[in-house]
Amino acid sequence: MLKSQLLPGNEACVKGALAAGCRFYAGYPITPASEISEQMSSELPRVGGAFIQMEDEIASMGAIIGASLAGVKSMTATSGPGFSLMQENIGYACMTEVPCVIVDVMRAGPSTGSATQPSQSDVMQARWGTHGDHPMIVLAPSSVSECFSLTVEAFNLSEKYRNPVIVLIDENIIHTKEKITIPSPEEIKIIDRIKPSEPPEWFKAYKDPGTGVPPMPAFGTGYRYHVTGNSHDERGYPTNRPDENELLIKRLFQKISRDSGKLQLADAYYTEDATVNIIAYGTVARASLRAVKEARAKGMKVGLLKLKVLFPFMRQTVEKILSKSSKVLVPEMNMGQISREVKRVNESRCIIETLNKVSYEPITPEEIIKKLEEIYD
Amino acid sequence: MTEERQDFYEYLRDTKKFPSVWCPGCGMGIFVRALISAIDKSGYSQDEIVLVSGIGCSGRATAYLDFCTLHTTHGRALTFSTGLKLANPKLKIITIMGDGDALAIGGNHFIHAARRNMDITAIVINNSIYGMTGGQVSPGTPQGTITTTSPYGNLENPFDICELAKVVGSNFVARSTVFNVYLMEKLISQAIKKKGFSVVEIISQCPVHYGKRSGFKSAVEMLEWQRDNAVMINKSQETGQQDLPPGKFPIGVMVDREAKSYIERLEEFNNKQREKANAL
Ligand SMILES: Cc1ncc(C[n+]2csc(CCOP(=O)(O)OP(=O)(O)O)c2C)c(N)n1
Ligand code: SF4
Repeated sequence: MLKSQLLPGNEACVKGALAAGCRFYAGYPITPASEISEQMSSELPRVGGAFIQMEDEIASMGAIIGASLAGVKSMTATSGPGFSLMQENIGYACMTEVPCVIVDVMRAGPSTGSATQPSQSDVMQARWGTHGDHPMIVLAPSSVSECFSLTVEAFNLSEKYRNPVIVLIDENIIHTKEKITIPSPEEIKIIDRIKPSEPPEWFKAYKDPGTGVPPMPAFGTGYRYHVTGNSHDERGYPTNRPDENELLIKRLFQKISRDSGKLQLADAYYTEDATVNIIAYGTVARASLRAVKEARAKGMKVGLLKLKVLFPFMRQTVEKILSKSSKVLVPEMNMGQISREVKRVNESRCIIETLNKVSYEPITPEEIIKKLEEIYD
Repeated sequence: MTEERQDFYEYLRDTKKFPSVWCPGCGMGIFVRALISAIDKSGYSQDEIVLVSGIGCSGRATAYLDFCTLHTTHGRALTFSTGLKLANPKLKIITIMGDGDALAIGGNHFIHAARRNMDITAIVINNSIYGMTGGQVSPGTPQGTITTTSPYGNLENPFDICELAKVVGSNFVARSTVFNVYLMEKLISQAIKKKGFSVVEIISQCPVHYGKRSGFKSAVEMLEWQRDNAVMINKSQETGQQDLPPGKFPIGVMVDREAKSYIERLEEFNNKQREKANAL
């Protein structure tokens, strides 16, 4: 029988990574993500994996890409300052299509900010932090339970699409214990990268097999190929040819966008008859749900859409809500990051209101109710 | 004596169009020939070796060679190499970097890979300049040298790469020039055989960006300079390294020790764990 247990977000995240098959971790200490490194350092050697504390976050990111090329699922975890340092190599993983998972426990503020206070201010950095055009998959758990399930999902999506996946966790669930029931291994769906089926002589490392995602052999298994962050042709060799450049960048985007229907992970609460809806993610979605329930008790027709995938932005799901609302409220612990995306897809369907809190404290249900009352008509 | 092989076509990627990106007279071609020859003699198959490189003219070497090859980001080649090695300790990792790559932007990674005595062969192609970006001053540039970003002469001291590699814990440290082509091959061979962190510094020539501004009329003059100023270590040891006349530099093996490598320590740990588990 599955027992429920009381765990903090960091432990759930580690358990999720291990359940998904993560066997390599490289990291650098930083509050509030250090516990993930600490647990990985004790767990990985027990399951035949490897852990290393690198000299900085640039190195951690390089190391997990290297490990993934050797065929091992790999991950790192950090917070704002470290996340900034990782960006160049995150872009490298996008360009070279190396699966890996990056957990960013968001702290408040630019620069050192406040390491122990919550925020949601890395949303746009997660999407656009590295230079150049690239797709990105970003997930946002709102509970300890989702720290587990979305970390598993992050590995699955990174393996499936050969793209780095970023898990953005709010600081206020990483240390907070909550009840969680961890599914048995048989119940957890695991996706592994597809390996080539043709013999090495015929293998072309970056040739589109039709799905947009080329099969990926591990280094040392007889498939000799070149991996470079330079623009490359379908064999993986550097190119300057305009047609090959364009083919590569478009394929990188399309391998994910063609599956956008499958990447709609969101929970809707009371949205059927609501005229005012909230769109929220992370812990703010939970305060929002409380607020919605209380507002409903007062007779207000309000609802909530909780986003679990932040990027690729779930246009299909969000548009449905926008189409049937007179107003949509986007509360965030930042000056307005996902609200930009909501406004972008809104195309004047309804009025978008925002609630932005940057005092480095969580948004409370009361604050959301107050805002709902202001905008409700 | 077995006859020296003259061609190594099976190590070159036939699908990759030559000529290479390197300028005529560049030291890279001679180095790559020595590298392949050393690998050929090492006994490792092409599938057991991973060649990793950073960004720069030197970093381009990997694209031409038929191995699993990883052309990484500028300065970070050793971090990717570390991940590869830990994920699959059976792989032989050879990492090729420029002087700017390994010691400016990548200096911290270089120090830490050596400190860990990580099982990687690191080859630093020291052409005393940033070649690819057009001849800017690098941590390998001698004092006084005129470059595009030291137009009045370099005020800084260059790194002694071998001394650095030595003090931070490498198992093997050696230096050759491109001119001393047989020595270069021999030192790479020795480095590949070592456990732990092994470093070979190759003094190379960039006639286009370094030579031109420093008064060398040709690549040949630069090779002659290498010939005339490099002193074999056994000779330099006799006189004591410090006592080398100004401008001369030692070549040969600087360090050869058998300190436990990272992977050896890891394997010991894993064996102990297994014994403990079996005893239960
Ligand atoms: C982060 C980053 N900064 C700067 C560059 C630009 N860049 C490319 S190669 C290079 C230096 C090359 O010099 P070196 O490492 O000595 O190698 P060489 O070209 O001389 O072989 C630089 C600075 C880059 N690619 N990435
Ligand atoms: S610029 Fe210098 S280092 Fe680069 S290929 Fe040309 S000669 Fe060689």
